Amino acid sequence: MGLNNAYIQQRLTDKFPDQVTGFEEPFGLLGFSAPAVMNLKIIQFLYEDEGLKFRFLTDLTAVHYPGKQDAELAVVYLLHNLVDNIRIRFKVYTGIGKPDIFTATKIFAAANWMERETYDFFGINFVGHPNLVRILNVDEMDYFPMRKQYPLEDQGRTDKDDEMFGRS
Amino acid sequence: MTNYFLDMGRPVQFNTKVKVGNMPEGYSGEGFFATSLNKVIGLARKNSIWPLPFATSCCGIEFMALMGSHYDLARFGSERVGFSPRQCDLLMVIGTIAKKMGPVLREVYLQMAEPRWVISVGACASSGGIFDTYSVLQGVDQIIPVDVYVPGCPPRPEAILDGFMKIQDLVEKESLRRRGSERYKELLAGYGIG
Repeated sequence: MGLNNAYIQQRLTDKFPDQVTGFEEPFGLLGFSAPAVMNLKIIQFLYEDEGLKFRFLTDLTAVHYPGKQDAELAVVYLLHNLVDNIRIRFKVYTGIGKPDIFTATKIFAAANWMERETYDFFGINFVGHPNLVRILNVDEMDYFPMRKQYPLEDQGRTDKDDEMFGRS
Repeated sequence: MTNYFLDMGRPVQFNTKVKVGNMPEGYSGEGFFATSLNKVIGLARKNSIWPLPFATSCCGIEFMALMGSHYDLARFGSERVGFSPRQCDLLMVIGTIAKKMGPVLREVYLQMAEPRWVISVGACASSGGIFDTYSVLQGVDQIIPVDVYVPGCPPRPEAILDGFMKIQDLVEKESLRRRGSERYKELLAGYGIG
C-alpha cells in the first residue's frame, strides 16, 4: 500500500512541474488538469509508472463550460489503480472552436466507444481515433446535443404531435 | 361433473370451461350452414393471431407478465409468440422507441406479410411519453400505421389485454377487401410504404 493522494500529486509535480495544475480533492478524490496536448503523456506516465499503475479507464466523458473563454470543453478521464484501489480524475480543457484532443485508444482499448460517445454528444474531435462516428444518436444528426447552448425545451419542434398529446 | 376415471386410483380433472367462438350469423339447415366467407375468415383470424413483441423497455416487463400463466395471452389464441416478422400478424410495439431505433422498427413492419396489425403499448410508443426530447421518437405512428393504442406508463397487463381484444374486434370485422382498397393504399403511401 502506501499509495495516497499526496504521493500521486508529488510524483506528478516532479515529472511535469509546470504542466499539471489545479489540484483538488473533492470528497477525497484527487483531481487535476493539464494542457490538452499533454493528455497522452500524462496518461501514459500514470499507466506505466510502477508506483502509480493507473491501468483501468473507468470513464471518459466531457463537460461544457460555456463561460470559460477558449476552454469551453473539458475532457474528463476517470482512472483507477486496481491494485491499491485508488481513483483519480484528470481533466484537459480545449476551446469550442477547434476541439481537438489526442485519442487515448492506443493506451486503453476501452476508450474507443467512450470517445465515440463523447464525440457524439459534445463534438470533441479525438485525433487518431480509428472510427470516430456517432454511436448513440442518429447518423443524420448535425449538432451535438449535450452542449449547453440549447434552450431546455425547443418550442419550435415539429416532431411532437400537439394535436392529441400537446403540451399546455 | 362425471368422473370416468375413478377406477384409475386418482381423480382426473377435465377442463369444462373451454369457450368456443360464437358462430357467425348465417343460414343453417339440416347438415349445412351457410354464411359469408368474410365472417368465417374473420372468426378464424381473430382467434389465431400470432403476435410479434417488439419490446424495448419497462412496458416489456408488463408484457412478460401478460405472457405468463397469470394473465395468459394464450387464452386468446395467441399461444405462439413469434420472433420472425414474416410469420406474424400483429406487431406489438412495447416501450420507448428512440429515433435511432425507428428505421429498425419500420424494417420489421415492412417484413411482415399482409394482413398485418400494429398495437402501440404504453405512453412512450404512443406519443413519446415522458421523453419529450431530441432522441426519442414522438409516437411510432410517425413511421408506421397503428391500429390500437394502449395508454399507461406502463399499462397493466389487463390494459394490454383490453387493447389486444380491441385488435381482435378489428380483425374479426375487417373486410376481406380492405387491404386491396384505394383508401388503404393511400394510408400506406402516407407513410411512404408500397
